[in-house]
Amino acid sequence: MVIKRAFIALIAGLLFGAGLAHSGMSDPARVHAFLDMSGGAWDPTLAFVMGGAIGPMAIAWLIRRRLERPLADTRFSLPETTGMTPALIGGSALFGIGWGIAGLCPGPAVADLAIAPLPAAIFVVAMLGGMVLQRIVPAIPSRLSSEISHV
Amino acid sequence: MDWARAMPIAGLTGGLLIGLAGAVMLLGLGRIAGVSGMVARATGIAPTGAPRATAAAFILGLPIGALLITLFAGPVQTRFPTSLAALVIGGLIVGLGTRMGSGCTSGHGVCGLSRLSPRSIAATATFMVSGFATVALLRLAGVTW
Repeated sequence: MVIKRAFIALIAGLLFGAGLAHSGMSDPARVHAFLDMSGGAWDPTLAFVMGGAIGPMAIAWLIRRRLERPLADTRFSLPETTGMTPALIGGSALFGIGWGIAGLCPGPAVADLAIAPLPAAIFVVAMLGGMVLQRIVPAIPSRLSSEISHV
Repeated sequence: MDWARAMPIAGLTGGLLIGLAGAVMLLGLGRIAGVSGMVARATGIAPTGAPRATAAAFILGLPIGALLITLFAGPVQTRFPTSLAALVIGGLIVGLGTRMGSGCTSGHGVCGLSRLSPRSIAATATFMVSGFATVALLRLAGVTW
């Protein structure tokens, strides 16, 4: 089962990475151009990507209601949907700042390791550093302990 | 608006692939296809979550999928910031923020919005506004690409 689940995850990762590269989202300058509304050359592509991705995903959530368990596991392991916490909002605000500075979020950064290895690796290593920081600095609020979230 | 550079069709079809990936994770494994969480889990930075083999396989798939596109559909443009500081500072803040906020563009943006999760809607609205504001402020400060 471990191999089967890893294989399914690999297929999902492949589709995800292919989608990022095909949609232009692996290009930090294009993402930056979406976030740059005042530059006179706003690039709406990211909005089409979000729209395209939310379609199949919304259908998947509908199908999920009819399933007692996922096809290749014993139960659904899904995060809570309610509970606004300072960490959720503060963390998301921070994430947006980094996204705006570099034009990169985690998915494209990891996918780009195959296309532009050096700058992607620099970003990814720094990102891992930020993740470790969140883990080890006690003053930084973390997620609700009751959450099973790993979004 | 820069319609000359915009890629609405490729954006939509690429987005469909991303949504399909999320559907495979949800219906196959009962999990959210969230990249920040899977990275943290694959590296062991997150103590709990998806099995590490699952997370590692998903993360490994991302660059392989991108590579397949370059092999079969032609070169893919990647214009990174030329400033090392932008990459390092941006990366640090993205890592810190996504762990604090329990997700990023994939987990909250794609999976959470389509689930109509109030937490994800709030998170997505926040990082969108914050991203727009950051780029606008950087532009005011004279930092452009």
